[in-house]
Order: sequence, then C-alpha cells, then structure tokens
Amino acid sequence: MSLRQTILAAACLAALGAPAFADTTLTILHVNEIPAAKALWDKIAKDYEAEHPGVKVQFKYLENEAFKAKLPTMLQADDSRPSLFYSWGGGVMDAQTRAGFLKDISGDVGSVQSTMAPTAVNAFKVDGKTVGLPFQAGVVSFFYNKTLFEKAGVKAEDIKTWDDFLGEVKKLKAAGVTPIAVGAGEKWPMHFYYSYLVMRIGGEHALADAKAGKDGGFKNPTFVEAGKKLRELAALEPFQPGWLSTKHAESTGIFADGKAAMDLMGEWLIGMQATTSASGKGLPIDDIGVLSFPIVQGGKGEATDTLGGVNGFLVTKTAPPEAVDFLKFFSQEKYAKEAAETGAYIPVVKGTESAIQNPLVKKVAAELAATTYHQNFFDQDLGPSVGRVINDISVAVAAGQMTPEAAAAAIQDAADQQ
Amino acid sequence: MGRAAIASADAELRGPGSDAHAATSPYVDTRRRMSLNGWATALVFLPPALLIFTIFVILPVGEAAWYSFFNWNGYGRPEKFIGLKNYVWIFTNAAFLRAIVNNALVIAVSLLIQLPLALGIALLLAGRMTGAVFFRMIFFLPYILADVVAGLMWRFMFDGDYGIPSLFTNALGLQPFFLLANKDWAFLAVLIVILWKYFGFYMMLYIAGLQGIDKEMLEAAEMDGASRFQRFWHITLPLLGPMIRLSIFFSVVGALKLFDIIVPLTGGGPFDTTHTMVSFLYFFGVTRMRIGFGSAVGVILFLICVTFAFGYRRLVMRDD
Repeated sequence: MSLRQTILAAACLAALGAPAFADTTLTILHVNEIPAAKALWDKIAKDYEAEHPGVKVQFKYLENEAFKAKLPTMLQADDSRPSLFYSWGGGVMDAQTRAGFLKDISGDVGSVQSTMAPTAVNAFKVDGKTVGLPFQAGVVSFFYNKTLFEKAGVKAEDIKTWDDFLGEVKKLKAAGVTPIAVGAGEKWPMHFYYSYLVMRIGGEHALADAKAGKDGGFKNPTFVEAGKKLRELAALEPFQPGWLSTKHAESTGIFADGKAAMDLMGEWLIGMQATTSASGKGLPIDDIGVLSFPIVQGGKGEATDTLGGVNGFLVTKTAPPEAVDFLKFFSQEKYAKEAAETGAYIPVVKGTESAIQNPLVKKVAAELAATTYHQNFFDQDLGPSVGRVINDISVAVAAGQMTPEAAAAAIQDAADQQ
Repeated sequence: MGRAAIASADAELRGPGSDAHAATSPYVDTRRRMSLNGWATALVFLPPALLIFTIFVILPVGEAAWYSFFNWNGYGRPEKFIGLKNYVWIFTNAAFLRAIVNNALVIAVSLLIQLPLALGIALLLAGRMTGAVFFRMIFFLPYILADVVAGLMWRFMFDGDYGIPSLFTNALGLQPFFLLANKDWAFLAVLIVILWKYFGFYMMLYIAGLQGIDKEMLEAAEMDGASRFQRFWHITLPLLGPMIRLSIFFSVVGALKLFDIIVPLTGGGPFDTTHTMVSFLYFFGVTRMRIGFGSAVGVILFLICVTFAFGYRRLVMRDD
C-alpha cells in the first residue's frame, strides 16, 4: 500500500467512524435561579441523554445582567453560539430575528404548540413565524399582608377601582402601616404601576398603537393620564422610606418581614419572600393574599387583563436538529406537571395548573388562565432601549421629578431614536 | 514625509560625492551596522507586541469610532448610518451632561482634598516613629479592597435604617435619612467613598517619595536655622515634585475612568444624577443595546483621556 493509499484509507475510516464517536452537544443558556427549576431541567437533560446516546445536553446558567450583556457577542460567532437560549420574547427577540440569528421552527413544533396556552405560544412568533417555545408564564398582581390589612381595617374585596385603592392606601397610612414596598432603586418594579395603568386606561391596543405611532405615539393622552394616576398614588407617600434606592430583593424583604402591606410584583415573589426576609422564613402562606390591579373608572381595560412575563427558549440558526427535538421533549406534559408540582414555575402546557400545590401560585395561575388579554412586560416588549426609558420615567414621575407630559415625550424620543 | 526630509537634509549636509565614500567611511559604516542590528531586533521583537497592540487596542478603537456613526443594537452588522446624530443625542442628554459635571467634581475633590490629605498623612507616617507601619497599613487597606466590595459595603453604611445616618437620626429622633436616595446628596456619598478608597494609594506614593529624599539636606537646612515649614516648602516639596505630578496624573485619569464604585453604590441613581461618563456608557450604551451610541460615548471619553494624557505629559511631566 502506498503512502497515498494509506492516507486515503485512514481518511475514509475516519469519515465513517466520525458519526459514531462524535458527540452532539446542545448548549442551553439560561438565567433561571430557582433551585426547583434547575433540578428539573438537569433531570430532563439526563432523561434525554439516556434516550439519545451521543447527544449531550448542557444547561448553562448566567446571571441576568451578564446574560443580557454577553448574548449579542455570543450570537455573532458560530462556535460561541448556544443551541437554545432563554428569552423574554418582545423587542429583543425581534432584533435577534431580524439579524438572522434564529431558526424558523414553525414546521416542526405545531403539535407541541397546540398543547400550550395560545397567548404564550404567540409570544414567540415574529411575523407569524415561530422561533421558539414558551415554558412558563406569570402575572404581576398585588400581594398583600392579611394581618396588616386587618389592622388598618382594609378589606381586599372592596378594592375594585383605582380610587378605592387610593382610599385604602390612605387608611393604611392612617393606621401607621407602610402601604407599599417597592424596589424603585432598580426602576423596573415601578414600571409595573405605569404599565398596568396604561393597560387599564387604554385597553388592549394602547401599547401596540403607541408603538405604531398612532395618535401621537407615546405622547397620546393614555400615557399622560397613566403618569398622572401614578403621581396621584405616589403623592400619598405610600412607599417605604428611602424607596428611591431600595433594590428589588430588599423591597421583597420589607414585605416579607411584615413591614409593608402590599407589593405589586410578579409571581416569583411567592418563592422569593422567605429567603429575603430577616427571619429567613418570611410570611406564612396563609397570611398573603393576591389582588388584581384595580380598574380605572372610564378606562378601556378590563380587570381581567393581565401583565406578566412569558419565558421560553429560542432556537439559533446553527443549532443541530437535535435542538428542536430536545425542545419538544422538554415541553412534554409530564415535565410541565412536575414543574407545577414542585413549584418551579407556572407551566404553559394546558391542564397542568391543577397540579400546582401552593395555593398562592394556584391563584395566580387561575388569574392567568382566565386572562382576557395578557401583556408581556412593557420593558421586554419594547426592547432594551425604549424599555429602560419606561422604567426610568416611571420612577421619575412617581417621585415628582418629571411631569407626566415630559415622561410621555421622553418615551417617544427614545422610540424615535431607535 | 518626515523621514524623507531628514534623509535629503542628511545628504545635503554631507554634500555631493559623499555617497562614493560612504562605503569606506567608518562613521557611516558603524551607523549602518547598528541600524541593521536594530532592524533585526525590531523584526524579532516587534511583531508580537505590535500584533497584540493592534488587535486589542488599535482595531477596537477604530471600530468604536466606526460604530459611533451608526444606530446599531449589536446584532448583525451596523447598517443604519446616521452620521453625527449619536453625538448630538449624547450632548443633549441631561444624564451625560450631569456625568461630565460629576467627573469634574471627582477630579476637583481628588486634587483639592484627596492629594493634600494623602501628603499630610504621608508626612506624618514617613518617619520611623512607632506605629507608623501599622497606620500605613490601615490607611492602605481600602485601596486593596475590590471596588465592588467597597461599593456594597458603603451601600450598607449609608443605609437610612441601619447605617451611619441612622445613628444620628435615631439619637435626635428624626425621620431616617437615606443619603443614596437623595438626588442632592447621593453624589456626595460617592465622593466620600472615593476619597476613602484611594487616598491610601497616594499616601503610599508620597511615603516612597519622601523616603527617597536625602536626609542630609534637611539636616543641613535645620542647622542653618530653617523652620519646619521652610524645610517643607523649600526642600521636601520641590524634591517630591515628580511624585506629586505623577499622582495628579493618576488621579485625573482614575477619575475619568471611574466606574466600579458607582455600580454597586448607586447604579447611577437616583434620577441618573450619579453617573460618571463610563457608567453612563455602560447603562445607556451597553445595557440598552445601543452599541452605536455607547461607542460614541467611548470615542468622546477616549479623546478627553488622550488629550489630557499627552498634554499633561508634554507640559507638566516633561522633565520627570
């Protein structure tokens, strides 16, 4: 055998042998810190690996801000690009799709999508094309301390409208209770108020219309009015002292320590409140109530319109075919049920809400299931640039640093600069 | 062009026909051998350094300048060319203008309070008195601490419920005072931390400088009847000159680059009143995915730093 033949033979062998030896590795980038969720995901990865020899599934955790800062760079290069990555949908996902980093998986996942809540599924479509699948959804609502409500003689059932709500805030203040804990130092917790007010005043189409530039875009009366209502609340000084520098975890701790009566927050508060409290135990579950954001009289929004996150995984353009296969495997009902049972998150697979054990989470899930219009977080929906401006102005308006008119104009300016 | 001009001037000086003697002239010969040697050295040692410098310094600087003309979110290639608009937006942004003022404040506090304080303490601790080494260590410790740790620590210390302000407000029965939540006072808190964190470094620089001063000169002056102040003013201070000029350089450049302390301490808040130019770049460029805008801030910062660095070295540190 000549040298040349040897080399050829070796090359052929290597080529034949390659698929048998080479591992396909799926890298999945995420930001989930909840232990129950991490444990479940590792288990799903192991199950998949057992059924598919030669495929490795790696969940890689990155801290939230680090994830957001690193992702654009990681997506640029073929060798650093993950197969799947965590997403909040919205403006960032649109940008990623437009830049051509994502795979159109519309044809592969139809059967899985039909098992999920449609609003959640639609959150991961760009121009009608599916680029990922959701796994969890949540709702922002008022969590309240039943003991403190009782002490101040406030009844949660009586809070239907914004004016009712302001009245109860006054009662709480009069009783010497801090009505609301808010982590305005991180800004986004305050934007929940502004967002809900926009939704309650302007209804389902308010945000979409403003984005499209209708009626003066963000300068339209809905946004100005939302600012005025927020200032109305803040003028009562309902927040804990030093609220402008309080971080999210600190404010959760204030609520969990029983030092404030309410917290307008996403469902993760339920899992977080114990660890952020001074005692490490938090409030007993029975002591916490859930209250939908009140309606604004004369507004177009319904009390059942919900604001909250929808999270999912997106598939990148160079991901191996196993990535989509794994995503479908991941979305099975049995795993969603397990997530519900362990309280890891509220899954989007239909019918799994019944498996939820925690009564509070159950209530939130019921609210979500009965939603008449579910709106993604404004700061995610609008993308990082305009989204952060919404957060900024929410705090500035609440503090009386900016007029509602100037705030609405600032959002429009940011939108124009995109 | 410069080199060609020098070469032709050289040729003119040597006059016509000098080329003919060049090969035999020992002077030219030596020079040629040396330059050959130099070339060889340059060929071997220059490329790695030049490559690294080009890839990691020159190219990114050039790229940032290029991106600054685009409205680009970091995904794909920059395509939306907007000319100088990013720069217009920056200079009409209230948070950026405030950041410039803040940077200037940091420089002012460094030069007017921090450095004199460091010099004063250095004068006290440069001698061999007992406890000097211990105090030097104490004052130097904050400098060793990671900036983020220092920022977090002071965040707790400034807390209105549990921190230092609460000692006063509780004792006087006042409402708790939240320094970091107050837009008029928050930057003062940042300045306090900076002062505390870095003066130890300059103190060490001055102590090193003071220990290098010839004691005989001071003793001679003392014998001639010079007072303490005269000795300081006419001997110590001039001899410490290079160190002082260096420390001013460090503190101005350090003030311009200030970032790590701001993030854990205030995050730029409340109402974007405590940003520096770099934290502004991060919060308004990177986290908002406005890479073009952020690049433009980077370019402005780069120009300020380069102008200062070269100007200062040329004008002030010329003889050091």
